Amino acid sequence: MAANLGRRLSDRTIAWLFITPTILLLLAINIFPLFWAIYLSFTNYRANKPGVEIKWVGLQNYERILGSEDIWGYLQVTAHFVFWSILLQVLLGFGLALLINKRFRGHATLTTLILLPMMLSPAVVGVFWTYLFQPQNGIFNYIIEFFTGIGAADFTMIGSVNLAPWSIVLVDTWMWTPYVMLICLAGLRSIPDYIYEAAEVDRASAWRQFWNITVPMVLPFLMLAVLFRAIENFKMFDMVVELTSGGPGSITELASINLKREAFEKWRTGFSSAFAIILFVTVFGAANIYVKVLNKVKQR
Amino acid sequence: MSAAALDASRSVTEPSALGRYIAGALVLLYAIVTLVPLVWIFLTGFKTPPDSIAYPPKVVFDPSLEGYVNVFTTRTRQTPEYLQSLPPPDTWYDSLVRKRNMVIAGPSPFGQRYMNSLIVGFGSTFLAVFLGTLAAYGFSRFKVPLKDDLLFFILSTRMMPPIAVAIPIFLMYRTLGLSDTHLGLIILYTAVNVSLAVWLLKGFIDEIPREYEEAAMIDGYSRFQAFRKVVLPQASTGIAATAIFCLIFSWNEYAFSLLLTSGEAQTAPPFIPTIIGEGGLDWPAVGAGTTLFLLPIVVFTVLLRKHLLRGITFGAVRK
Repeated sequence: MAANLGRRLSDRTIAWLFITPTILLLLAINIFPLFWAIYLSFTNYRANKPGVEIKWVGLQNYERILGSEDIWGYLQVTAHFVFWSILLQVLLGFGLALLINKRFRGHATLTTLILLPMMLSPAVVGVFWTYLFQPQNGIFNYIIEFFTGIGAADFTMIGSVNLAPWSIVLVDTWMWTPYVMLICLAGLRSIPDYIYEAAEVDRASAWRQFWNITVPMVLPFLMLAVLFRAIENFKMFDMVVELTSGGPGSITELASINLKREAFEKWRTGFSSAFAIILFVTVFGAANIYVKVLNKVKQR
Repeated sequence: MSAAALDASRSVTEPSALGRYIAGALVLLYAIVTLVPLVWIFLTGFKTPPDSIAYPPKVVFDPSLEGYVNVFTTRTRQTPEYLQSLPPPDTWYDSLVRKRNMVIAGPSPFGQRYMNSLIVGFGSTFLAVFLGTLAAYGFSRFKVPLKDDLLFFILSTRMMPPIAVAIPIFLMYRTLGLSDTHLGLIILYTAVNVSLAVWLLKGFIDEIPREYEEAAMIDGYSRFQAFRKVVLPQASTGIAATAIFCLIFSWNEYAFSLLLTSGEAQTAPPFIPTIIGEGGLDWPAVGAGTTLFLLPIVVFTVLLRKHLLRGITFGAVRK
């Protein structure tokens, strides 16, 4: 039966038969909702009041968002989080990759252990870090006290206006440094030995070898890691919601967290759809430009 | 000087013994620091509630299963007089709970949430890998018009913030009656996972030489049979690795589950933060729940270690 069926199908038919279900699913679950959201973003619709007539408000939602100082504040919080977490992850991740690339005994086992945090559920990670950050009895504060002498009860990582933005950066760095490390390691291993051997013959110093061979060769890999991390962190919701839920006040209120409040607590569906579209266009546009730059770097 | 450098028996790219030793020590230090939080939450699962909030934090303590009992049960506080009037406890967990002047009122939702995570995880993984394998084969072997655009379209669906997707999906599911159902969550997770599955599996299938299928087809196999009997077995490792990545995503996902499900179909991640005890969070129960939830992922990470790099970069980096 299957044989008969298979024989009658041309390659062309099989190709479409195989690809269409996936495309249809993505159209139904991603593209149709996207267009629905675009439509809603021009209305004053509220999902908790389905009976009320939907009114077309034109660009009013977009004007409100772009004119809102609060929203710019949340975007700044997001930018701070994205910038610092990725900077730390790049430095630590690249450094670790350089060390692991020395292939000391047991490096494979240690690498697997180091990778664990990034595989875990970000929401659950957020929950248990609130425990580690407890000012009275949390292990984090205790360790800080042990090494610096600052009293464990004298500071609170997630309750303080000054420290909370750094606590989300810290947890994200803990979680995702291995990600950057793994990709950098692949970059380092892609460099053929003979390049270094040639540099050695030319008596290039280790410092110059690092800047003229290692860094440029790893750069495309590193940029790819930064791209993936930046997209993810710009969308960040789960870990930070569980860790600080945007607080204290709105010090760690990332764009996604505020979007959730507008959409599912205040039920301003039209307004939040416009906000969602703006965020999506920002990520999509920035990612596209970045990929063009990345391809140029690769070609060099 | 240069003669010595060239003459050295080891390759110039081989690090010195001392360099290796220092590198190993530093990486070991990082591994210890990064594992402390995980070990700590694992240990907390075996503490009593007073031990879990002791100052200074207790590294050595009498292990207790109270956290594990608490995560699976709901309990009510009773007066000592009432407890006196009860018959002696039947089981070890009853007696453990009575020591805190409480009786077990019934099971907690944790077991059901864990089941939901399994149902949604395996359901969406199966569908995503099934659809993804077909599509990946299609993209890998045939001339498809606008191939690159379609592939980029599949990838770009991952760039939307989950909350942005959730707004219209919420409305759509409300209309279709898919809110708070396993099916609704399975469809959504399949859609998210299928983009990863297509990209990863296309990479794996690209690596299988076309000659294998062509030889089989000369031997009388149809294209479909060649796909089933030649390509699928060859791609089995890749399919397994892809499945584990999809499973991990579904298992860890939080935002959609929080917004689109409630009592019936909600998975474990939104539940774990709600394990409340008296006076705040019941940390040993949180530790126990977290440990039970994270353990499968730890096992999968070890199984997956050779394919991790591909998985986390959508197949962009392969070795």
